[in-house]
Amino acid sequence: MEIFGKKIPFSVSLLFWCVLWELVGWMGLSSIFPPISKIVVAAMTVFTTEKFIKAMEISLRTFALGMSLALVVGIALGTLMARIKIVREILGMWVNIFVSAPISALVPILMGILGIGEATVVATVFLFAVFIIILDTQVGISMADRSLVEMGKSLGASRYQMFTKILVLSALPEILAGIRLGVIRGVKGVVIGQLLISIIGIGELFEFYSMHFLMEEFWSLVIVVFTFAFVLSESIAFFERRVEYYAGNR
Amino acid sequence: MSVDSVVTLKNIGKIYDTGVEALKGVNFDFPVGKLSTLLGPSGCGKTTLLKIIGGLIDATSGEVWVNGKPITGPGPDRAFVFQDFALLPWATILRNVSFGLELRGVPKEERFEIARKYIREVGLEGFESNFPHQLSGGMRQRVGLARALTVDADIILMDEPFSSVDEQTRRKFQEDMLDLLQNRHKTVIFVTHSIEEAAYMSDLIVLLSARPGAVSQVIRPGIDRSGKCADDIRRDKKYLDVVDTIWRELKVYLC
Amino acid sequence: MDAQSNHGRRKGYELLRLAASFAFFFGVWELVGRWPLSAAFPSFSLTFMAFLRMIGDGSFLNAYASTLQPLLIGFTICGIIGVGFGIWMGLSRAMEWFSLPVFVILQAAPMAAVIPLITYTYGVGLTAKVLAVAVLSTPLVVMNSYKGIRNTNPSLIQMCRSFQATKTQVVLKIILPQAAGMIFTGLRMGLAMGFVGVVIAELLITPTGIGDLITYHASVADFPEMFAAVSSIILLAAVTINALERIQRRLFPPELQG
Repeated sequence: MEIFGKKIPFSVSLLFWCVLWELVGWMGLSSIFPPISKIVVAAMTVFTTEKFIKAMEISLRTFALGMSLALVVGIALGTLMARIKIVREILGMWVNIFVSAPISALVPILMGILGIGEATVVATVFLFAVFIIILDTQVGISMADRSLVEMGKSLGASRYQMFTKILVLSALPEILAGIRLGVIRGVKGVVIGQLLISIIGIGELFEFYSMHFLMEEFWSLVIVVFTFAFVLSESIAFFERRVEYYAGNR
Repeated sequence: MSVDSVVTLKNIGKIYDTGVEALKGVNFDFPVGKLSTLLGPSGCGKTTLLKIIGGLIDATSGEVWVNGKPITGPGPDRAFVFQDFALLPWATILRNVSFGLELRGVPKEERFEIARKYIREVGLEGFESNFPHQLSGGMRQRVGLARALTVDADIILMDEPFSSVDEQTRRKFQEDMLDLLQNRHKTVIFVTHSIEEAAYMSDLIVLLSARPGAVSQVIRPGIDRSGKCADDIRRDKKYLDVVDTIWRELKVYLC
Repeated sequence: MDAQSNHGRRKGYELLRLAASFAFFFGVWELVGRWPLSAAFPSFSLTFMAFLRMIGDGSFLNAYASTLQPLLIGFTICGIIGVGFGIWMGLSRAMEWFSLPVFVILQAAPMAAVIPLITYTYGVGLTAKVLAVAVLSTPLVVMNSYKGIRNTNPSLIQMCRSFQATKTQVVLKIILPQAAGMIFTGLRMGLAMGFVGVVIAELLITPTGIGDLITYHASVADFPEMFAAVSSIILLAAVTINALERIQRRLFPPELQG
């Protein structure tokens, strides 16, 4: 957008919204939205409490664990599906179903099997993230630049060399895209998993703040989690853009 | 056909937002009813100049006068043929060819009939209900040409129309196009980077210098086409001389 | 070998592959279920029987009559508003400046976090659930519509201008037709999120619909029934979204989108 011919960056737009929120808060238009200044103050006090730190610890731990599992299994399965026909034909349909299915419906099942603890959250994060990673890895590897593959063959590359030196790199942009989406889903998984269990982690805190209408604390937590998801996703997007050209001519 | 149906460039300059000066002090008079070619090394701004003439890009300085008046944008007096064809992928060939008339609000039956006539003329009869993705590159460009003809503009601007087309098709295309334009008294301004193409097709060749582009030389091939078949022309001494002259001029910019 | 029998063979192989896929999945399920891994994991056969039973006694019918309401209402509302807003964002630079940063964040954010807030503010009724669906679906619908508009082939727009098209003509004849595919994709993804929203809302908010069915059977340890309920919603989501995909491929085939 331009005013008087000068371009204004998007960050100013966010600033504008913050100011708007502050005003709405002060005017008391809705008790759900306290002014940002109050939220920031609440944040300072809340973030130092032991309860909060413990909640963040649990959340980060389960998230990291679930994501790592999803990455390993996702990329491995995605690769297998791209390279081996039988695997693709048997698993293909199921991956497609679960990629857009409401995985949250599976959480009660996980609770029944793994109990109401961190294990369930890890499993939730895993299930939320893994399917998109499988899908995008599969697409990335199977759509790798044909002419590069031919070139590799003509120079006598072994299957292993073909894979490590050509395919993986050519598929990297697509794989990173899958990881980025997987991370976003993973964060959703950690929140939803904890919400549904509602006695651990930040899910418990969200529930608690909502129930007691502690709006300032609630929004400060929301901002923290949303920022975390956003920063993580943008960092990966940054790398994605750096390696965009690896894909060559698909 | 009006007497002053001509395109005049008055001191055209173009500087991009990035600070690159693409064109500087371009002055030229395009003769009416002739095929003129803009030719020059890569990046000399020939496509930019063509788009300025077409009103699709604004010049930073200078004016383009068409039919005795300065232009303010695209107009019904000029039709553009695009390098990448610019066909609507979801529309049939018939609709694509009639698109210029559609935008003018010409009633359906009328514009379809006009379109059919030109589809026949460019040799695509029978393909009216096909879609662009079903046609080859050469055929798609003919659709683009037919579309430009339907709006009956006196001036046709062609931006490297044959560069996305293979060599054999390209030659046939050149010959067909010359036939098509023969009796229509249209003024054609043509951009190409192929010397042979320029020499073969043009009544007038405008050589542009390297960036910032300006008119460096004007060559009139003066090849007599009457009575000769295409292959003979390509062996005609005058043709070969012109090709040679141009190459010598352009070589300077490559060193 | 003529084309006819060739086609028949290919169809045959396709069905075989589909059958093998199902057989594999259900086979593994059956095995894991029978293995004394956990009492809470019934085998496929037990789940299937429970599934049939629940169709028969109408529990599915009642549950979905309740669940589908907020889903359809929420999705319709946010579909219309979302697409409209996304198109507006795509066409207006000013609107883009205001809204894009917000929606980019919302798209990446775990919107589910605000569902408890919604329920405590709006109670346990239809409103809360419709809001839950809307809050989860809208960012995706908006962003996809926006991207569809922004990604229009600039060459086509320039071609239009060369024939002196008005701005309205460019929007109606070029931008919207080309964006249609992406807009539809956004709707599909919005629906998928809608399912997530309604499930979470029902699992968190007190008893109605399919969420209730799941939590009830879990609480009385009727695991086959619980699994059957879960499978039903996953099945429903998969079938609807797949159907939309097919419709999209028919209405907006990729070769015709350019």
